[in-house]
Amino acid sequence: MSEIILKVANVSKRFGGLQALSDVGIEIHRGQVYGLIGPNGAGKTTFFNVLTGLYTPDSGTFELAGKPYKPTAVHEVAKAGIARTFQNIRLFPDMTALENVMVGRHMRTHSGLIGAVFRTSSFKKEEAEIAARAHELLEYVGIGKFADYKSRTLSYGDQRRLEIARALATDPKLIALDEPAAGMNATEKIQLRELIDQIRKDNRTILLIEHDVKLVMGLCDRVTVLDYGKQLSSGTPSEVQNDPKVIEAYLGTGGS
Amino acid sequence: MLNTKNGKLIAFVLAGIALLVLPLLLQATGSNSWARIVDQALLYVLLALGLNIVVGYAGLLDLGYIAFFAVGAYVYGLLSSPHLAEAFTSIAAAFPDGLHTNIFVAIVIAAVVAGVMGMILGAPTLKLRGDYLAIITLGFGEIVRIFLLNLDRPINITNGPKGLPGVDAPSVFGISFAKPFYVGDYMVEPVTMYYYLFMAFVVAAVILSYRLQDSRIGRAWMAIREDEIAAKAMGLNTRNLKLLAFGMGATFGGVSGVLFASFQRGVYPESFILMESVMVVAMVVLGGIGHIPGVILGALLLAGLPEVLRHVAGPLSQMTDGRLAPEILRQLLIASAMVVVMLIRPKGLWPSPEHGKSLSK
Repeated sequence: MSEIILKVANVSKRFGGLQALSDVGIEIHRGQVYGLIGPNGAGKTTFFNVLTGLYTPDSGTFELAGKPYKPTAVHEVAKAGIARTFQNIRLFPDMTALENVMVGRHMRTHSGLIGAVFRTSSFKKEEAEIAARAHELLEYVGIGKFADYKSRTLSYGDQRRLEIARALATDPKLIALDEPAAGMNATEKIQLRELIDQIRKDNRTILLIEHDVKLVMGLCDRVTVLDYGKQLSSGTPSEVQNDPKVIEAYLGTGGS
Repeated sequence: MLNTKNGKLIAFVLAGIALLVLPLLLQATGSNSWARIVDQALLYVLLALGLNIVVGYAGLLDLGYIAFFAVGAYVYGLLSSPHLAEAFTSIAAAFPDGLHTNIFVAIVIAAVVAGVMGMILGAPTLKLRGDYLAIITLGFGEIVRIFLLNLDRPINITNGPKGLPGVDAPSVFGISFAKPFYVGDYMVEPVTMYYYLFMAFVVAAVILSYRLQDSRIGRAWMAIREDEIAAKAMGLNTRNLKLLAFGMGATFGGVSGVLFASFQRGVYPESFILMESVMVVAMVVLGGIGHIPGVILGALLLAGLPEVLRHVAGPLSQMTDGRLAPEILRQLLIASAMVVVMLIRPKGLWPSPEHGKSLSK
């Protein structure tokens, strides 16, 4: 078995009287696309937000590529190597597509105020590298021609792509996509699937939260199903699909 | 391509020459009033460029920005006026001729002090945004002013409401700005010398602003302005970056404060009222938030407009048999002008271009 990228166990999170997550744990290997599904309110996004440091968990152990990390601050988690996208796209709307991706390079580069003010040679070199890498990533996700457009002027599907490019710019160990297909039409979904497939082929690891069961089943190597904050089932897509507990959660028990 | 480049260069050189000749023409009018207005406008440009870093780049609405201007002015005031020597015998003993600190030394000190102040006052506001941030910074601005106003007791540091008169005129390369300077027979007025000094700082500030804008730090500031959560998710340490923006903006304020004190030849607390903060914010917003040429335009307009309207308001007030005082009319005209501009051009008079570099030309 290949290297374990993300290993989390016993994650619990309570909001007041609501136990949003109880004892959830997943293990993602390098090169996998790992799906996280569940009905509305199952705790997918909560889990995601805990993982990326937006919410502080009540308990849980977290390990990224063999190193334990503490999901206490969003930027620290990003630095540790988890890059995320957002369910309701969060780009930097008034910056160009290129600049958006360049911001993604921020934490892997170092020049500061002095370099910027005096335009030192190391500053210029780094700037050129950042721009080159950003252009490369825009081409990679297929929106190279929009590099100089403000990101808010891009189409919905392209904005999703840009978010993925921006996440890739951080050199992540794990890319976490929060409902990337939400609001996409059929063509856009197929294109998205191709893109995710491509990213996997390049030996990157993806955690995918998705509503669209068909997309998840077709794309993921492993799937975990959440329901009411509990881990209902885990396994390969076909195992999960045939799990009676999953069928019950999605379709309900036959009452009559 | 080469043509547009050449065209740009020619426009640049022409504008440079015009800016160099302008004060000489103004002094040729025989009165110093217009030259003084232009000098003050340049100080406002410096302030607006500094505030633009905080408000325009990092998106942190600061309504107490004038406090850093005050800090700079007081730094130079204290370091060059006779006040400290009069108030403390130990200082009088140590510097029998008075402190008379060189203006460039004072500028460095003021920049550091104001920058540190900016970070200290910024620190408690880090978790606030928008309206809340504006209210808190407004409060801080007033606190600084009231502090300076009342710091004459128990130890007389700022001389309270009486202010600090007798601030030194700057002296650059041994040329004192206190009296006219002669090039052969040609007389250069002090206001004209101030113009060149201020212009040098404005040019430096513009270059600095552009370089910050097109840098890793500048992009990070803008990312915070655009979406703070997404910025954090990209690994940006928003706390440090915001503090840096506050500090950097305050530095500009401190430097222009020193220049202001040397220009007024004195420092008085009523120069740093809330209205001034509001004015600088208005310059940035009116001109085009985050866009350097727009910000400069906004500062020049709002600094110059009141003076132009002074000439318009006089006759208008006479037409109403003096029932409308010129002062009130002037404010009314400025306010209406701003309302109209905001209605017609909500993004400012000269906003940032819609797209990136390769598309705008």
